[in-house]
Amino acid sequence: MSNSGSACNGQPSMAPTLSNVPTHGQPLWLLAELTYKCPLQCPYCANPVDFASKTGELTTAEWIDVFTQARELGAAQLGFSGGEPLVRQDLIELIREARQLGYYSNLITSGVGLNERKIADFREAGLDHIQVSFQAADPEVNNLLAGSKKAFNQKMAMAKEVKAQGYPMVLNFVTHRHNIDQIDRIIELCVELQADYVELATCQYYGWAYENRNDLLPTQAQLERAERITNEYRDRLAAEGNQIKIIFVTPDYYEERPKGCMNGWGQVFLTVTPDGTALPCHSARMLPIEFPNVREQSIEAIWNKSNGFNHYRGYEWMKEPCASCDEKEKDFGGCRCQAFMMTGDANNADPVCSKSSHHDLIVKAREEAELPSHKEPIYRNERNSKVFCKG
Amino acid sequence: MSGPAEVTEITLDQTPTLNSMFRFQWEKAQDCYVLLYPEGMVKLNGPAGEVLALVDGQRTAADIVQALQSKFPDAEGIDRDILDFLGDAREQLWISL
Repeated sequence: MSNSGSACNGQPSMAPTLSNVPTHGQPLWLLAELTYKCPLQCPYCANPVDFASKTGELTTAEWIDVFTQARELGAAQLGFSGGEPLVRQDLIELIREARQLGYYSNLITSGVGLNERKIADFREAGLDHIQVSFQAADPEVNNLLAGSKKAFNQKMAMAKEVKAQGYPMVLNFVTHRHNIDQIDRIIELCVELQADYVELATCQYYGWAYENRNDLLPTQAQLERAERITNEYRDRLAAEGNQIKIIFVTPDYYEERPKGCMNGWGQVFLTVTPDGTALPCHSARMLPIEFPNVREQSIEAIWNKSNGFNHYRGYEWMKEPCASCDEKEKDFGGCRCQAFMMTGDANNADPVCSKSSHHDLIVKAREEAELPSHKEPIYRNERNSKVFCKG
Repeated sequence: MSGPAEVTEITLDQTPTLNSMFRFQWEKAQDCYVLLYPEGMVKLNGPAGEVLALVDGQRTAADIVQALQSKFPDAEGIDRDILDFLGDAREQLWISL
């Protein structure tokens, strides 16, 4: 699963100190996208829309080499993601290696393909945490969104099993206009499942989600209601002594300033895609920049020296209104992918910023969210992906 | 962090245990002890690291005070500092007692 809300949603506790010069931090967070294969078809998936054209997955040995090199550079968190990482038959071997190297390892999964034995075997191999993603709090909406009839019951069973076997559990709900009004039921489900953390991550519009934005973007009223209800639950649960942590990620489409995307380009995050392309964030593949591949360069060279990773470090690349903006050290001009997708130039300010001359595009998307009729979503699958493949 | 007000003082006879959410380890690249948890990391300062390194679910707070007092014989009043830190660590949900 992808679009876990972690796109451009950095962990403050891991933020490095930034200065005016294009120096950079360590790749503390390694996201290993093991495969683009996935049994689900979520229309908000952050994988590239042309994933069907990307072939030649890294081998077990190649992944272990990537983990070893990144650990040397300071990586401490390792996310097994995809696609659906459970599709990889060597997952347990990769988990075991990650543990031996000293990583805190996170399995980011839809839960489809998981079973009681695998959960136990992964634990024994040293997996630290399993994040199960849900599409909605009731079977009908969940299964419709996931494009699978059995997904919901499987997820429920697996979430219970993850908890029963002693893992910390993060439940992730990507929220959008079709499920955000059920936020109370979503939170109640998380409490019932005894989640430690809940991420109510408003859909970020990259990859498939950007194609389907018209069908996904909630209205301002929907958002405000959801945030209010979430706050009420937080207060009530805290008063009851419940230690569950609920994280509500607001969508930047309703902001006037952009997010400090990825805590800065090439500062904390390193994504390696199924075919070995290394990216400063998992959406960056869409940009017209040549990114290095772990099959051709060392992680050290990729992180410290490659053009792809140095491209947006520092502030030299900025145009107005960013270059002279007194907030540039806070938000780094926002998200390069969003600037590219919406304005055609990745060096522009993120149009979320009200100072951007393209901000009307965001305002228009908000206005469209208020309209009564919406497009049918395009589901994320091999057949639909081929439509996006070039050539 | 806001939570239910649990203001009971920690006493020397209590035994702290690291909560299962966290893994404690030395990070060479950070040159410090850290707590790792789902998708995050807390870098610990020197004293915090020294205390948590002794939290094993066996030692009492008194054992920890004694161990650190013999490691740092010149330090004064460390029993109060250690109990205060354990209180903070409990509030952060890093440990239970």
